[in-house]
Amino acid sequence: MNIDDIKREFPIFDDKIQNNDLVYLDSANSSQKPRIVVDRIYDFYTKEFSNVGRSVHYLAVAATNLYEQTRVSVQKYINAKDKDEIVFTKGATEAINLVANTFGQKYLSEGDEVLLTELEHHSNYVPWHFLRKAKNIKIEFAEINDNGEVTLEAIEKKITNKTKIISVSHLSNVTGAILPIKEIVQLAHSKNIPVLIDGCQGAPHLKLDMQDIDCDFYAISGHKMYGPTGIGILYAKKKWLEDLPPYQGGGGMINEVKKEGITYGELPNKYEAGTMATAQVIAFNESIKFMEKIGIQNIEKHEKELLDYGLEKLRKNNSVNIIGNPKEKGGVISFTIEGVHPHDIATILDEDGVAIRAGHHCCQILHDKLNLPATARASFGVYNTKDDIDKLDEAINKCKKIFNL
Amino acid sequence: MDLKDLYQEIILDHGKNPRNLGKFDNYNKDAKGNNPLCGDNVHVYLRLNENKKVEDIAFEGHGCAISMASASIMTDMVRGKEEKEVKEIVTDFLGMIKEKDSLETNILKEDEKTKLMSLSGVKQYPMRVKCATLSWHTLTSALDNSDQIVKTED
Repeated sequence: MNIDDIKREFPIFDDKIQNNDLVYLDSANSSQKPRIVVDRIYDFYTKEFSNVGRSVHYLAVAATNLYEQTRVSVQKYINAKDKDEIVFTKGATEAINLVANTFGQKYLSEGDEVLLTELEHHSNYVPWHFLRKAKNIKIEFAEINDNGEVTLEAIEKKITNKTKIISVSHLSNVTGAILPIKEIVQLAHSKNIPVLIDGCQGAPHLKLDMQDIDCDFYAISGHKMYGPTGIGILYAKKKWLEDLPPYQGGGGMINEVKKEGITYGELPNKYEAGTMATAQVIAFNESIKFMEKIGIQNIEKHEKELLDYGLEKLRKNNSVNIIGNPKEKGGVISFTIEGVHPHDIATILDEDGVAIRAGHHCCQILHDKLNLPATARASFGVYNTKDDIDKLDEAINKCKKIFNL
Repeated sequence: MDLKDLYQEIILDHGKNPRNLGKFDNYNKDAKGNNPLCGDNVHVYLRLNENKKVEDIAFEGHGCAISMASASIMTDMVRGKEEKEVKEIVTDFLGMIKEKDSLETNILKEDEKTKLMSLSGVKQYPMRVKCATLSWHTLTSALDNSDQIVKTED
């Protein structure tokens, strides 16, 4: 695959940003969008727009078909057994909230335990914290080791006969650690515990096979997969979607509504109340096609090369400390520079068009554990090149110069 | 935009070696502030005497060069001033950081104003304004005896 060709598919790189060529190293936060995705939104709104699943006129039927085509594309992309196992949400955050809320309602009561890890994003902690408040459940955290990984043993150590659900990241957005999710699912299932995987960082970078992983729930963020904002996916095994109560009430999710009672719609409508992010769902199909065209194996290989190159380069740069050293690692490099706060690093890098993120990356529990208030993070997407990493390295040197290091 | 406007020598100096960092025992007013977006936090301690004069002031916390320098310069500047004067300085500073070109208060001497103006480069970096203002809002909160933790994201 030719990265220059791929990069040309992203209009954001056409023009200078503040007089610089954009070196975009913030894809773990959100990825840039290829032209086909942007165009699809425009075309849908200008030529094909209608609401879905309700009216019978031509546009409504066509829009409904397009909307459902994305469901099938996602099903195939992640190798889910059934298209009804794909629920559209407004993002991965809503997908996790949906599970925490409905599973919590039905299966959690006082004293029950939910097992997370120390490296979870706030969106895989706060929804469970709501249940801690409402139902007096307990939240346990599997510990990270010195490499910034969570091992199968660390998970096993925290499982008790009170553990009712395990919810873990596929890939850490800070250390880049890839968790042994298949083994975690096997272990959990041997104890009859369901597993939710927060796949925000996994789905854009790793091959997904729901039937192989065998997890009960998998949350996906569309905007990190070269797709629009406002679209997420909850994959859930059909038995759970049939068993759990609905999440939000409204139009589209009902079967029959009477004064004396209501029955709910069939899957997948049961979990898609109200008018959904129709244009985004339809455009997300183009993101899937875009990734399929390149091939996830090629994306993985390219990002691994960038990671190895980046790690080698930054390790050679004095006063740069890289956070975590996981054996299985995705395209994320979090780092600190002795004597320069990450926010100052980010501002100085930005001056040269190098866009990174600084802060706690919505992982305060992890940063507390690492005893760091904040880190700087460079994260990769399919459009990044080794040249981007060279520019990062140069900008870090400029930073050191300003701070007289 | 020019990084030299933002990271002037005086900022780098105060950022690296903040004055009045730490806590002292006989403070009678204090307040905490934090920036949930980045995890920066500050805790301002001060002692007002019977004449409502700031006898001593210090701060604890961690943050970027801008936020540390701003807290450091602030604490230097308000020590020995009366509460009313402190509030005038705070208002003037916040006005300058957000919109005005210069400081207007007559309470500060010209060299003190020059020192404060070293933070004016932040204006060109809207995302960093909060770094510069957090300790100042926290100082106001301490003077007002507010129990509310100051947040930059209200």
